Parts: sequence; C-alpha cells; structure tokens
Amino acid sequence: MQLTIWTYEGPPHIGALRVATAMSGLHYVLHAPQGDTYADLLFTMIERRDARPPVTYTTFQARDLGSDTAEIFKNAVAQAYERFQPEAMIVGASCTAELIQDDPGGLAKALALPIPVIPLELPAYQKKENWGASETFYRLVRALSVTGAEPAGRDGRRPLCNILGPTALGFRHRDDLVEIRSLIERLGIDVNVVAPLGASPSDLGRLGEADFNVVLYPEIARAAAQYLQKTFGQPMVETVPIGVAATVRFVEEVAAVAGIDPAPVLAGAPSRLPWYSRSVDSTYLTGKRVFIFGDATHALAAARVAATELGFKVVGLGTYTREFAREIRAEAALHGIEALVTDDYLDVEAAIQAATAELVLGTQMERHIAKRLGIPCAVISAPIHVQDFPARHSPQMGFEGANVLFDTWVHPLMMGLEEHLIGMFREDHEFHADAAPSHLTRHGAGSPATQVERSLLDDKEKPQVAGHPAEAAVRIVPIPDDKGEGISIWDASAEKELKKIPFFVRGKARANTERFARERALSLITVETLYDAKAHFGR
Amino acid sequence: MNAHAPLGPFDANCGVEIRQERGQRAVFCGLTGIVWLHRKIQDAFFLVVGSRTCAHLIQSAAGVMIFAEPRFATAIIDERDLAGIADMNDELDRVVGRLIERRPEIRLLFLVGSCPSEVIKLDLSRAAQRLSRELSPDVRVLSYSGSGIETTFTQGEDACLASLVPTMPKAAADAEPELLVVGALADVVEDQFARIFAEMGIDRVRFLPARKAGEMPSVGSNTRMLLAQPFLADTARALEERGARRIAAPFPLGAEGTTAWLKAAADAFGVEAPRFEAATAPGLRRAEQALSPYRAMLGGRRVFFFPDSQLEIPLARFLSREMGMDLVEVGTPYLHRSHLADELAWLPPGTRIVEGQSLDEQMDRCRAASPDLTVCGLGLANPLEAEGLATKWSIELLFTPIQGYDQAGDLAELFARPLVRRTRLEV
Repeated sequence: MQLTIWTYEGPPHIGALRVATAMSGLHYVLHAPQGDTYADLLFTMIERRDARPPVTYTTFQARDLGSDTAEIFKNAVAQAYERFQPEAMIVGASCTAELIQDDPGGLAKALALPIPVIPLELPAYQKKENWGASETFYRLVRALSVTGAEPAGRDGRRPLCNILGPTALGFRHRDDLVEIRSLIERLGIDVNVVAPLGASPSDLGRLGEADFNVVLYPEIARAAAQYLQKTFGQPMVETVPIGVAATVRFVEEVAAVAGIDPAPVLAGAPSRLPWYSRSVDSTYLTGKRVFIFGDATHALAAARVAATELGFKVVGLGTYTREFAREIRAEAALHGIEALVTDDYLDVEAAIQAATAELVLGTQMERHIAKRLGIPCAVISAPIHVQDFPARHSPQMGFEGANVLFDTWVHPLMMGLEEHLIGMFREDHEFHADAAPSHLTRHGAGSPATQVERSLLDDKEKPQVAGHPAEAAVRIVPIPDDKGEGISIWDASAEKELKKIPFFVRGKARANTERFARERALSLITVETLYDAKAHFGR
Repeated sequence: MNAHAPLGPFDANCGVEIRQERGQRAVFCGLTGIVWLHRKIQDAFFLVVGSRTCAHLIQSAAGVMIFAEPRFATAIIDERDLAGIADMNDELDRVVGRLIERRPEIRLLFLVGSCPSEVIKLDLSRAAQRLSRELSPDVRVLSYSGSGIETTFTQGEDACLASLVPTMPKAAADAEPELLVVGALADVVEDQFARIFAEMGIDRVRFLPARKAGEMPSVGSNTRMLLAQPFLADTARALEERGARRIAAPFPLGAEGTTAWLKAAADAFGVEAPRFEAATAPGLRRAEQALSPYRAMLGGRRVFFFPDSQLEIPLARFLSREMGMDLVEVGTPYLHRSHLADELAWLPPGTRIVEGQSLDEQMDRCRAASPDLTVCGLGLANPLEAEGLATKWSIELLFTPIQGYDQAGDLAELFARPLVRRTRLEV
C-alpha cells in the first residue's frame, strides 16, 4: 500500500479513455463499477469538450456481483454497437472489474460483431495512465494499420508524414499540434494522419502510406512508432520540439529525413525568446535556482530551456515517468545533480524543500507544494487542471511555444527593480521583505513563505522553549551533524540578520549557514558565521 | 441490464408514477462526499483505502483548489497487497502511522472503503478498531464504505454519519428532550436554524455532524431527530437503534418546505402556534420577497431531473409548487419511500419519478421532451448544452447553502441563472 496524497497519473484505463476520446468512430466499453463515470468529467469539464466521451460503462453495483456481471458486460457491448455503430471498438476492465475477472476480450469476441473489437489488458495495480494510453494506441495501430499500404515512390510528390502522440486531456496538445503542423507544412511536407487526436480507425489503416513518423509525445506514441518502423520501415523523428534549440534541431531532423532544406524555415528570428532572454531586463534571472518535475518529455525539455535559454540554475530535476528514468538521470548528471524518479508526492515535496529552490516548474501537484513552501511556481506538465486548458493559443512546442514558456516561467518571479529595492530597504510598510511580488494579486499580504517558516518554527520550538516566554532571545534549532548528534544554535542577532535576506533566498542562506556551522562543529551561529558561510559558498 | 421492471407500486394517495430503471448509471460514488465532509468536520481526515482510480477521482473533484495541507488521501492497494506478499493490515498500519506523524493535529480518522477494498473483503471496521486502540486517546479511527458498488454520491455522507452514530455519547435516560438536526449543512444555515429554534423556545438543539470531532452530540431515548437531508437512510436507522425518534417532515427547501420542516419540530416539542408564527414570520416574509422575482423567470418552464443526489424530489416539489415549473421527469438514484412520504404527497398528480437509471435511454427521453431546463451531472451538462439544452449542474446543490428561509431566493436563483445567462449571451 502506498500513502498517496496526490497521484501524478490516473489508472491505465484513463489513458485508454484519452485515446478513445481523442479519436472519432471508435467506442470503448469499460467494465467498471458505478461511479467510475467520474472520468467523463475530465473531458467534459477539465478539457471542456462538447460531447460525451465515446465510452459505455457497465456500472455494476454490489447486487450485480451475486449474479452475472459477465452478462451485463456482453449486453453493454451489444447495445453500444447497436446505438453508436462505431468503426471499431476497444473493450477492457477498470481496477475493480480486474478483480472479478470477467475477461472482457473473450466475452466481446463471442458476440462476433462485424467490426474490429480490440481487447485491452491494462493491469491497474501495476501500471498507470500514460502506459495505458501508450498501450492502447499501440494495440490500435497494430490491429488497424493495414500492411500493403506502404509508401509509394516519391516521383515528384511532396514528402508525407504522420504526427503521432496528441491525445485528449494532454497538456497543450491542441496548440502544440497547430504549431508543429504549421512548421512541417512550411517545410514543404504534407501530413498524412495525425493520431490519435482527430483520427478514425480507418485513418489508422492509412498510417503505412507516410514516408516517416513524427513522435511528439514519446510517453504515448513511441511504442506505436517503433511498431510502424518495424512494419513499414518508416523512420521516426523523436526530438521533442520544446524550446528554441530543440525546435531548431527538430526542424533539421525532419528536413533531413524528408530530404528538404530547412534554411528558409529557420531564417530570421523565428522566436522572441532569445532576444527577450538576452535583453538586460533578464540579467537578474541568471542563476535563479529552479526545481523541475513533470512527465519525462516536459521535464527534460524544461531543464534544457531553463539552463541554456533562460540562464537559470537547475537545482532539482525529476519525473514520475519511470519508463524514461535513464534519460532523466543523464540530463540531471549534466546539471551536476541526482535525478528524482518517483511517483510519491511526499518525496517530491521533501526534495523541493531540501533544494531551496526559488522557482518550481512542475505539475498541478507541485503547485500545492509551492503554496505550502511559499515558492513561485509555473506549470510545465500534466497532471493539470482546468486553468491549463486555456481558450487562447498557448503551445509549449515550436517557436511560438518558446515565447509562451518565457512569459509563463518569468511571470511568478519578483520583478528586477522590486527585488533590488527589497534587498536594500526592508522596512517599507507596503513593499517589505515578506510581501508577495507586487505584480501578483496577493500583493502586500505576508507571503506564504513566512507563514510556513513561522509554523515550522512553532513546531520546532515547542519542545525546546516550552515554559519560556514567546519572545525567547535564542532560538534553538537542533542541527544533527553527519552522525546525527551535533546541535548549533542561532544567536538572536544572527537570526535577525538572516531576516534581512530577501525571503526567496533566505531558505538557501539558512541551510548553507547551518551546513557551514555543522561542518565546523560550531555550536553557536553568529552574524560572523552567517557572513563566513556566505563568503564560503558564494551565492 | 436495461430491462425495465414493471411499473412500481402505484400509490393512490399521492398519485405519482414511480418507475424503476436499470442500466448504465452516470453518477458519482460515495467517495465524493469527502469533498465537502472534510471541510465540515475540521479536525477529521479521510483516508480512502482503494485503487489509483479512487485517488484520481478525489483529486479530479477537489484538486482544482490548491491545498497546502489537504485533509484527505488514498492508501493505494498495489499488486503486492493483492498477491498476499504484503499483509494488508500491516501495510495499513504503516500508512496510517506515516500519516499521523505528518498530521499530528488530526483527531478523527475515517478509513473509507472503496470498490476494490469491498471486493477483496478487506475488513476496515476491524482495522479501525485496532488502530483506534493504538492511537487512543489522541485519534479516533472509524470506517465506512464510499464504494460505487454500494453508495451513490450523497450516500457517502449517510455512511460516514452512520459510522459516527455508535461513538456518540449516550444521553441520560431521564434527560430533557433534545432536538437533533441530522445532515451536513452550511455553517451559516446551521446558525440560522439554531436561532429560529431558540426563538420558538427549543433551546436544546444539536447538529450532526458537529464541526469538531470531539463535539459530537449525545443520543438516547430523549432524542428527536429531524433530517435536514433526504439521503440519510442508514444514519436515521442507526440513530433509531440508539433510541432516537424521527420527526416526519418534508425537507427545508424553499419557503414552504422550511416552514413545514420547522413546524414538524415545533409540534414535536409542543410549541404553541402563536410562538411558532412569531419565530417564523420574519423569515417567511423575507423568503417570499426573495422568491417573487424568480417566479416570472421560472414559472411555466419545463424541468427534467437526471438522478444524482436524492435531493431531486424535494427540489422538484419546490420548483413545482413555489416556482410554478412543470416537471417532465424526476430521476433519483434511490427513493426512500417513508422519508420522502411528505414530499411525494406534495408533488403534482402524475409526476413521473424514475428510480435508478439507464443513461442512454434517459438521454433519449430528455432530448425528445426538450425541456427548458435539465438538472444533471457535469458529465452530461456541457454535451447537453452543446445540443441546445439549458442545464443546471446538480452537484452545485450540495456545495451551496440552499436550505432555510434566507437561502430560498438563492436556491431559485441557481435554477434561474442558466436561463438568464442564455438571454444575456449574444455570441
């Protein structure tokens, strides 16, 4: 059993639902208990779709368990076929139905429907949402792509590609697709099939006709693209075009596979990010400590953009996508840090706290952590909520995507002038050191950082200062040394001096000073210790 | 599936048509009750024992709010548990230990059963007893089922409150009669009712659930319970087993419903008519005043209810009698005939009530009827809007203060708002 405050991914049948909902002409019959229809809301509310997802749930109840749940499932398949007349069907079980073992695939086959019915085996107690989406897409491609539809000779026609990966409920998939499709078409390449988003089962039958495949989201489409590569000899481009450099590389690779000159598309200044980032207003972004967590695709891309296109310092990098742990570890090594590969929200919280980051780039879940710790935060990856399915065009990919990244990531940070003035004058009643950035709405109120710091202090102080007046002069913080024994004490003046450091770097200063004292076995931290530590570590 | 039972027993007294339907159901499971219960009982924590699906449900419903410290979580069963490699009870103890360590301020912990834990027959009530012993006296541990196979949406609250009943203090046998109002109400509504009861002279009034775990009311043969919500079948039964007696009443929705609900309590406590009228007159006057502008907007409009919370029948009664709406169909996930008896008697003759659901067929009926307003869940609302039907999403009725005189206008407004909005938008 795992204690789960928040989960990064849903169960695997949600992944299957994302594929089914992305497509047209495909119906999904899901053996599931009453209540699992909550998943419809993900599509109708979070993504604001205007139609019910193409899914029929058996919604069995306790009283059905005594009778024939298999019969309920068979009826559901037969009726869904009759009502919706899909081109193809997928059938499977949710976590509870997996326990009662009704064999949806076998039952559906027994009905001998005149359409392809593809059974899904999605082990709900081992695998998760993205795996479910990838497996479902792979099974669909395997079952429906027609051999014999191999690419014809080029003789004069434009190159033809498939774009694979975008699904329903994907983080900015809608707008990424617009960007990338436009880039590809500007190169002089035609798009054969986009899948799963917008494709029908018969479109999947035409996948083999393309010259090559573009994989936008490897978590979802790598397995299918590998199958296509093997079956139809279609090369695949797997560079994820998030960030300026990655987009340039993507364009070059696509052009190379298609035998086309990329220069016209890359000419000029296709993104504003490079100039915005070089303009002097961005100088203060240099070395900002950033913690990055998300799915592997977005976390990897974000780490590269943060370090090489915005000049941040990556102090934490992790993913919940275990399948891509190797890539994430390699990238983390480039930043001199160890990757965090976990799906445990509490581990991520602990890592963010330990890294004393100034900015968190993460998922909806990291927004909870950042709120608790009072750290600015921007969302770079699913899981996400309704506000990250915006009405406006907001891609992450391509050159316009880079513009969006610049604005989104810089926005939560305190602006340069304000940061300078707070560093110099701390007693202003409006722009004090503990105030939230004034361009954000909660201006003036105490930042959550100080509230958390206070409550952490309270917790820590309780055992030591019990019985002492609240304004005890010396705050005692137990700091275990490497053997877990030593204790350093902050004296009052050092504590006061620490408060003069702006809150967004105060955590780092505190941790560095305590580490400095611990390494030197200093029992009392004075103002001198604080500055000695500062000189020792630099900023 | 989808085989219709023959028409239900036709009740000549109230003249409504009750039909049962089986098939695909688009409803929430009882786990969803956690979304409001965790706010009501401020020092309680809800630990679902279930699968990733359960965790995903709750965070999809509640996770749009950014929590510094959420008061709910899921112990996700994994393959090691199912294979018997890990002892589930040891695992549960470990998870609870980690949780309590992180959240020492918790006083009441609910272990909430789910479909997977029910199907594998994990005995959470014994686990709760064991953990209660270990964590006593700081934390009390209770269990209830919020599984989809057993509970629909608000029945999760019923199961939760029913689990609290055995732990309520015992009232002395010779204690003065006490009024117990049952069902989670918005704090502001609770305070209004307490004031009105006080003005009638009923000053021994308690509410279940209380806002703090340590302040749950006592119960005994002196207890007269007044249900504030229509979905509390098990809670009422558990309270009756401890000697409480139910005061039959319609539910306090709208001016008329609130008056009848208060009157039932007043009669049970021997409040004289003049005093009752003095206590209720100001509220009644304000409710009438607040309702009147909405009659013009809602009167004569046709409304269709999909099943969701069991609030449908009292709401339909309010909309029909006080707002002049026509009822096309009133769906309810479950119909407790005796708790709803007064409500059923108030519905217009011939009202079509459907207990249960067969989703696609119900949608066909809805489309064919083309009602002016459809009350349905969020899975159906946007799709029906896109088809041109005005909808009122039903879950909001659980998240909004709607009971009592001073909320009657707000309640009407909830139904008028989608219609008003349609007239405003020009794009």
